[in-house]
Amino acid sequence: MLATFRKLFRNWAFRRGVETGTLVLNQRRIYIVPSSQGFGFAFVLVMMLLGDINYNLSLGYILTFLLATTAGMSMLHAFRNMAQLEIHAGYVESVFAGERAKFVFHFNNPGRLDRHHLHLHDDDGHHTVFDLPSQRSTQVELAIPAPRRGWLDSGRLTLYTRYPLGLFYAWTYIHFDVRCLVYPKPSASQPLPSASVQDGVGKVTAAGDEDFSGLRNYAAGDAMPRIAWKALAREQGLQVKQFSAFQGQELWLDWSLLPDIGPEAKLELLTRWVLDADALGLMYGLRLPQGEVPLRHGGTEPSGTGTAPGQLLPQHGAAHRAECLRRLALYGLGET
Amino acid sequence: MKLTAPLIYGLIACILLVSAPHAGHLPLWVSAICSALLAWRAYLTWNGNPLPARWLLLVVTFACVLAIAATFHTLFGREVGVTLLILLATLKLLEIRAVRDVTVLIYLSCFIIITNFFYSQSIPTALFMLVTLLVIMATWVHMQTGDLAFKPRLRIAGILLLQAIPLSLIIFVLFPRVQGPLWGMPQDAYASSGLSDSMAPGSLSRLSLSDAVAFRVVFNGKAPPSDQMYWRGPVLWDFDGTSWKRGRNATLLRPVLTDATTPVDYTVTLEAHNKPWLFVLDMPAKISIPADLAPDFQVLSRTPVNARTRYSATSLLSYRANLGEPPQQLQRALALPQGYNPQARKLAAEWRTRSDSDMALVRTALDYFNRNGFEYSLEPPLLGTDSVDDFIFTTKKGFCEHYAGSFVFLMRAAGLPSRVVTGYQGGEYNNLGGYYILRQYDAHAWAEVWLRERGWVRIDPTAAIAPARIQSGLNAALPNNATLPFLARTQSPLLLKLRFNLDALTNQWNQWVLGYNTERQFAFLTRLGMEDITWKKLAVNMLSGVALLVGIFTLIMLRRLSAHPADAVQAIWLKACRKLEKAGLPRAPHEGAMDYAARIAAARPELSEDIHDLAARYASLRYGGEAGKDGLAAFGNAVRAFKL
Repeated sequence: MLATFRKLFRNWAFRRGVETGTLVLNQRRIYIVPSSQGFGFAFVLVMMLLGDINYNLSLGYILTFLLATTAGMSMLHAFRNMAQLEIHAGYVESVFAGERAKFVFHFNNPGRLDRHHLHLHDDDGHHTVFDLPSQRSTQVELAIPAPRRGWLDSGRLTLYTRYPLGLFYAWTYIHFDVRCLVYPKPSASQPLPSASVQDGVGKVTAAGDEDFSGLRNYAAGDAMPRIAWKALAREQGLQVKQFSAFQGQELWLDWSLLPDIGPEAKLELLTRWVLDADALGLMYGLRLPQGEVPLRHGGTEPSGTGTAPGQLLPQHGAAHRAECLRRLALYGLGET
Repeated sequence: MKLTAPLIYGLIACILLVSAPHAGHLPLWVSAICSALLAWRAYLTWNGNPLPARWLLLVVTFACVLAIAATFHTLFGREVGVTLLILLATLKLLEIRAVRDVTVLIYLSCFIIITNFFYSQSIPTALFMLVTLLVIMATWVHMQTGDLAFKPRLRIAGILLLQAIPLSLIIFVLFPRVQGPLWGMPQDAYASSGLSDSMAPGSLSRLSLSDAVAFRVVFNGKAPPSDQMYWRGPVLWDFDGTSWKRGRNATLLRPVLTDATTPVDYTVTLEAHNKPWLFVLDMPAKISIPADLAPDFQVLSRTPVNARTRYSATSLLSYRANLGEPPQQLQRALALPQGYNPQARKLAAEWRTRSDSDMALVRTALDYFNRNGFEYSLEPPLLGTDSVDDFIFTTKKGFCEHYAGSFVFLMRAAGLPSRVVTGYQGGEYNNLGGYYILRQYDAHAWAEVWLRERGWVRIDPTAAIAPARIQSGLNAALPNNATLPFLARTQSPLLLKLRFNLDALTNQWNQWVLGYNTERQFAFLTRLGMEDITWKKLAVNMLSGVALLVGIFTLIMLRRLSAHPADAVQAIWLKACRKLEKAGLPRAPHEGAMDYAARIAAARPELSEDIHDLAARYASLRYGGEAGKDGLAAFGNAVRAFKL
């Protein structure tokens, strides 16, 4: 309850827009308050001062003032530890639901001062610490769990430091317009559907599976049944069998042909198949309920003309795979 | 933050540094246990072994507290508090489990430093405090810098401390002072050494083994001769057979000086001795701080002197003291305990019948001490029940308290009112500081007799045996093999000069740093030109001073944040351009370095080589990505050497 209120208050008190480009930390962005240790130290100082007065300890006064002014100046040092840092957000790799999204931020320290122990964390307590020597840049990763498909916002992050004595807490909020595309979580391995023929172009049967054409190196997402276990036993490494029957043929991954297992499960299955098909180097297309795309032969660039929403032409390659996964990730979320 | 080994070593060093100065006055077993615990902790860290179980620590802690209670017979008071604090801090070191514990230890270390000031606030203590603070800061910084090496951490700590020093000075001078104490003090709150309110054989000679400073005196004008320098302390009336005590005065009347002349003005800086007496020259007339003049001319402060105190006073060196002494007091000055020292009484009675006046009686007594082989000694033999008889007829060896005590006994036995006065005599002149130092070994006891027409007259029987004691101090009066404090011995001129230098420095430190109280602050600030000093004014001045200094620090500190070395290259190049501009060849705003150089070379062919070289250096440093320190320095030198 209290935590909720505190969060609400913070959001209100420190509201700031979402940042784009490079952010430079200036005095208007850096907030400083005493930490609980700072309050504790203030108490110790008051006790010392009372002792000095009571026992007329002149040297005690000096010690007390030395400690008090050191504590006071440490506030300026805390500010300086963060001031004039330049920050911009880096590219965020897409991840599958259930993994951690690695948000990357580039910190640059243009000045001639080393910065110590900067902490970066989000509101849920995911946390990373780094140092930044003078005139250096560093890339800081903050791993935030991605539980659901769709866009994942980094949220407002806090960059703080307690340098040098831990008596003051200096912080700033960072909220960049970066988000991570989270793909659906691939379901457990399932055999690919039969390659299908559309518009009467060629006829391929499942028998083509038997035409073994060679081995290639394993890539993440390859279907388990296609792993060449014998090759593994011969210590040739993890390899995958390739079948000529699929080569040059089109595989449609069609939402409407799936059994009724619920939309999320369907997306997860389609994700699995996209990965498998891509790993096998197949020409594959994706067909989602929102529409249909005429089939095109692989190798040609997607022209985009005549592409109905929700359907991807059978192709292969990283871009195609990414596009398929993107459609799956954003399916039904009203975003593109 | 992790509890790494270097951090633990740092904490061990902190605790060691803050408790080491206490080793002298902690019970021996506490010092031993603390050293053992510190060594054990260091060993555990070095070995990577786990910390001892919590129950074991609890048992040890409990046992230690019990032992302390048994040693001191109490768990309250300053000594016990300091001992407990040090022991608990050391034990805490053995149960560091979280960052919190480290913070607590750091704060404890800071607090323990201050407890050392109960015992010493000298210049070496202050310097040691700075070193300790530096180590504490370096350890403290460790908590917020992770794996940073020791040297850069020490640098950060040093910067923090260096910035704090000028700020603290401002606050120290201007912070409104409150005269303590704010609450009642435990009995052992103050150190005390010095004259007490009683005198027994041996009490002064014990004091004379100490070279601690009792007070320092500056005379306004000429100092009196040293045989006039009797600094009056407790006056002792009552004798019980062994010791002399102050007793209670039978009157409340202020004593009166008649025909008093030869005034002397002086300022005394009295060290804390935890007793009310203030020392003044015979006889006091005026004093600058609140004090009472007792009927026997003793000056008493209203509270015990538990901090270094400064006062100015005026004394009159020639006088007739209290001609109208009330009879009850004279009665006190004749009282003797029944049944002691029969031989001495007989001797006194015989003297009385031989002398026709009181003064003649006194002279007879002094002659007696002078002629009968009496010796002045720091180590007199022990005396029996009839101490005066033993001393006068058997041992004949004694220190000033023996002579003063027996003299007064004899005078009383002969029917002349008399009393013992204790105090300090003489003093050592520091010609660098222009003041006299009186140390504990200058403690002295003498006598006063009451004569009808002259009042109380000072008689120093010690002067009859060892006149050198009064003329030139203790060292001159004692044989060479006597055990004397180091400082009481005359030394080579060089050592003497060094000693005077050090004491002059200590005196300045005492006056200006340790003795900086409300009055000093007022006087100092008035001298600086501040008027109508109020708390508010002090606070405003203090805050503005601090703000100004912090502002300057801020400018310096933030300057380095975004400075690019390229700017330094350009600054040097612009210097070269200014030189050329003065020679009438200004650079056009659109002109690059190379074009400018070409134009200069065309206009002044003799400069061609130099200017081309400079332009080339500039271009390579600024744009060639070769901004090394050496290149920059060479470029700077080339520009400086560039002559038109």
